[in-house]
Amino acid sequence: MGYDIMLSQGADIDIMIHGIFKYSFFGHEVWITTTHVSILMVMLILMGFALVANRAIKRASEVPGTFQNVVELIVEKLDGMVDTTMGKGAPGFYNYIGTIFIFILFSNISGLLGLRPPTADYGTTLALGLITFTLIRINQIRFNKPADIWKDMCSPLPPWLPIWFPINLISEIAVPISLSLRLFANILSGTVMMALVYGLLQWVASAWPAALHVYFDLFSGAIQTYVFCMLTMTYISNARGEN
Amino acid sequence: MEFNEYFILGCSAIGAGLAVIAGIGPGVGQGIAAGHAAAAVGRNPGAKSAVTSTMLLGQAVAETTGLYGLLIAFLLLFLKPLLP
Repeated sequence: MGYDIMLSQGADIDIMIHGIFKYSFFGHEVWITTTHVSILMVMLILMGFALVANRAIKRASEVPGTFQNVVELIVEKLDGMVDTTMGKGAPGFYNYIGTIFIFILFSNISGLLGLRPPTADYGTTLALGLITFTLIRINQIRFNKPADIWKDMCSPLPPWLPIWFPINLISEIAVPISLSLRLFANILSGTVMMALVYGLLQWVASAWPAALHVYFDLFSGAIQTYVFCMLTMTYISNARGEN
Repeated sequence: MEFNEYFILGCSAIGAGLAVIAGIGPGVGQGIAAGHAAAAVGRNPGAKSAVTSTMLLGQAVAETTGLYGLLIAFLLLFLKPLLP
């Protein structure tokens, strides 16, 4: 059957995830896909940067050089962001929030390097959303009494009348899904848009799509990174309660 | 009348077009948020950065419903779940 009119079958427009290498995992067919490759490249870039930054900080001088200045600025800004959102609980989350911020940012921007962004795969963003969900639940259990959690889950009605419990449960489960879908859909829409511009306009699309890259990859990616980290921090500090 | 693959593909495309009408809501909502943020900055220019970050956060959350519609459109167009 020829569906050549459909975008996904066209020769020039390519937005799908492709399998590269197939192997058998306990009888299941598992694929190494383009997402794995681009996530590995992002990780390599980040690890290289981390090694260089580590060496620069070990030989830190009183009057910082250019590179040391940049590294210190990044760390300061990220820690400041966590500080303003989480208040007293902030120091425990510097590392985690900083790590996912840099990882998601580089994943989103990797579209500029010609990679298919790893965050345009629902597997990646769902994993990130589930980490957030786990952190919320762990913090809620650590900092609240079970009776208070039960009271919270039956929230508008008194605790002995848990009619509202299923609805609250659904809204709790919706948190990681909406977090991950938001990031995924934003990056995927940018990827699809760029693929359409390059695939449909052919030779017309030369040089000026760079402006679109600035919006879809840089601006949208940075905003979504910020939003993901802010929402993660807000949910966690809500779960920790007033202390 | 015969319902072949092309009929289903055409209906999927119409459905995708209808699904992205969901973009109207977030557009209006983000516009309202941006308008109020502009008014807030006008009243209190010192709080510009705080107002801007709050506005961007709210807009990104409001955008989610529109993105759900967009996802449905992508599903219909690229994965074609309705084909037998």
